[in-house]
Amino acid sequence: MTDTSSRLTAETSEGAQELVSRAETTPAELRREEGATLRLPEGVALDPGDVSIEVAEDETMIINMGPQHPSTHGVLRVMMELEGEMVLRSKPVIGYLHTGMEKTGEDLMYMQGGTNVTRMDYLAPLFNELVFSMAVEQLLEIEVPERSTWIRMLMCELNRMSSHLLFMATNGMDLGAVSMMIYGWRERELVLSFFEKTTGLRMNHNYIRPGGVAADLPSGWQEDVAGLCDKIMPRLDEYDDLLTGQPIFRQRTEGVGVITGEQAIALSATGPLLRSAGVAWDLRRSMPYLHYDQVDFDVVVGSYGDSFDRYAIRLNEIRESIRIVRQIIDLMPEGDYRIQDKKVTPPPRGRIDESMEALIHHFKLFTEGFKVPEGEVYVAVESPRGELGCYLVSDGSAKPYRLHIRGPSFVNLQALPLLMRGGMVADAVAVISSIDPVMGEVDR
Amino acid sequence: MMPVALAHLVAVGDPLFSGGAGDTLATLAIVVLKAVVTFVVLLVGVLFMVWFERKVISDMQNRIGPNRAGPFGILQTLADGIKLFFKEDLLPDRADRRVFKLAPYLSLVPAFLAFAIVPVGGTITIAHHKTFLQLADPPIGILFLLAMSSVAVYGVMLAGWASGSKYPLLGSVRASAQMVSYEAAMGLSVATIVLLAGSLSTHDIVTAQSGGVTNLFILKAGLIPFFIFMIAATAELNRPPFDLVEAEQELVGGFHTEYSSIRFALFFLAEFMNTITMSAVVVTLFLGGPSGPGFHFLTWLWPILWFVAKLFVFLFTYVWLRATLPRLRYDQLMDLGWKVLIPASLGWLLIMAAIQLELWYAGVGLVLGLLAWAMLARAMRVGRERSASTFARGGVTP
Repeated sequence: MTDTSSRLTAETSEGAQELVSRAETTPAELRREEGATLRLPEGVALDPGDVSIEVAEDETMIINMGPQHPSTHGVLRVMMELEGEMVLRSKPVIGYLHTGMEKTGEDLMYMQGGTNVTRMDYLAPLFNELVFSMAVEQLLEIEVPERSTWIRMLMCELNRMSSHLLFMATNGMDLGAVSMMIYGWRERELVLSFFEKTTGLRMNHNYIRPGGVAADLPSGWQEDVAGLCDKIMPRLDEYDDLLTGQPIFRQRTEGVGVITGEQAIALSATGPLLRSAGVAWDLRRSMPYLHYDQVDFDVVVGSYGDSFDRYAIRLNEIRESIRIVRQIIDLMPEGDYRIQDKKVTPPPRGRIDESMEALIHHFKLFTEGFKVPEGEVYVAVESPRGELGCYLVSDGSAKPYRLHIRGPSFVNLQALPLLMRGGMVADAVAVISSIDPVMGEVDR
Repeated sequence: MMPVALAHLVAVGDPLFSGGAGDTLATLAIVVLKAVVTFVVLLVGVLFMVWFERKVISDMQNRIGPNRAGPFGILQTLADGIKLFFKEDLLPDRADRRVFKLAPYLSLVPAFLAFAIVPVGGTITIAHHKTFLQLADPPIGILFLLAMSSVAVYGVMLAGWASGSKYPLLGSVRASAQMVSYEAAMGLSVATIVLLAGSLSTHDIVTAQSGGVTNLFILKAGLIPFFIFMIAATAELNRPPFDLVEAEQELVGGFHTEYSSIRFALFFLAEFMNTITMSAVVVTLFLGGPSGPGFHFLTWLWPILWFVAKLFVFLFTYVWLRATLPRLRYDQLMDLGWKVLIPASLGWLLIMAAIQLELWYAGVGLVLGLLAWAMLARAMRVGRERSASTFARGGVTP
């Protein structure tokens, strides 16, 4: 080790997050890195003899995957101990995208909060806005108008489609089917175009706000949405042709990164990761919010808990979302798209010129914001990645006292050592891809 | 002056050397001319191949692809090459400097040399000298090809090893295992062809296939060696779906992660040159090379056109595969090579050999082969079950 390299090592060290040689690792830590799950019920607990693979220290190599690696979905860093190509233990190292968004949230008014949280899971921004708005509304004890609830559902299901389509793209690419990447993006583009038309932006919309949504749906939205559903549906069958029945694709994903239901629950995994293990837990069905109890859809579950199941679940969830979206087109009621409570919703631009009171409301809302009664609340929605929760504490002022987001990507990443153990380097890539983490949400 | 012995070694049947020692100077000039032309054609071929690949893949992926440099972006590769040439050449601190610098040439030179034995056209006349349209026709032609593709392994292997970095090392380990195991399957399927042609010379192999579609070795050898050769050749070339050595998504760039500038360009060049060479070899071995029906005018032209047309089929196939298939995993690749391709090519070689002697030998061979296959399959199943029980993967494989 030269001076430079030891200095660099010291400067870039992530401390306890890093994977170190077996000799320097405590047995408990070693078990965790080898994929033992926490809080397993008695009888299911892993046999210590099963966990420890006897390896000579000089036959293994600790390798860094990321944060600058093409397949770690941004800046995830995974340290792996390899024997040949086999992964013996691994440890995700996170924090490279940490921008203190939860802390920033404490300094922003409730009305501004949407712009902040929307940047967390940037592939499903509307879900972040939704969960934040729902939490604020619950504290305010207000009911949003019917139409805005249905608009929220429509937009969220479209967002689920776009997020899963991006998964299709990146999953294909991570396994070497590079064309799939372009196809997935091509279809996602259709959804994003509709978002742009409705919200003015393709990402980070700040569209769903406390009290409703920012704008009504554009005229002719029914044709737009029905048109994009009609376009995407047959393309999904093309994905089936390209990947689902592809022998190489199946070989690469079947039996890779296997997780059982107990393990998934012990690791608090949610979303497709949990459902792949056969646990039919979908908040839309299990704890209905918005109007999910009024639409007809199926919860897709897997049976083997492997990467292929997670791929198949997401593919079929796109189909289910299309089904929901088609129902919403018929069910969409007329009415207000945001609450007519002047304390929460700013008056329309035209009223400001006519009414002194409207001007004052407008001024107060945008300088002071609206005050939210004291209290705390936890609201959860089913994002494309799993349970997205928002824990909000208010001290009665116009800014949150504490904002915490339960990011499904962050929680699901815990399963990484378990899923990777015993696989090869190529499997590690497939596993990361199948968890589909968004680093913006992991680090927040 | 070219000694007769050497002439015999490089080109046994070429009429160019039958004129005696009288005009050695002209002979030498023609040989040099052919070498230069081959070199240039191959380089230009690579330029177009890169462009062709990018364009075709773009079309398959709903993209436009290169369209800035020259008409239809045809000069894009040239522009990229010039850019790479002027880039800073980085040498990693921990690299083995000499080997690191040598490796790109080890993979480039064999790619060039291997093309020398490919017959591109029929016989032409240059300044009253008749000669084959192929750089060299040594009596050991096919062995030379196998030797060259084995040498090329060293380029990739040493590049990864000399980089002094972990990802390239993994790439080079994969490279040596992959290329060595597929070399065996490839050699065995080539042996079937050699058996049928009765010669190692590429010119003789092409001649043996002339005169009708049924004479083509792809049919005569019963398709299986063709498919085995195609799969093994793809693996030898490190092209998708067998591009584990580079595996951008896993190993970042594999063996050439640490390479930059012109040295990277050399690897790139070698890879595409190998693609062209291997396609040309497939055409030579299985599809009769330049042979095909022609017209009575411009007789020298038709064989070349036939050759290029056949070549394009395979070049397109390689591009198509790349756009369609996911990458195999390392252990699956080894399984395919050792448990499927090698037994199949070996068995087929024995059956073909038996047919050459007497038909009923082949029947006996087939029965014995199936028996051996069944035993092998059984043994592999037992092995799989054993290894599955010693190291449980923690789940069910459907």
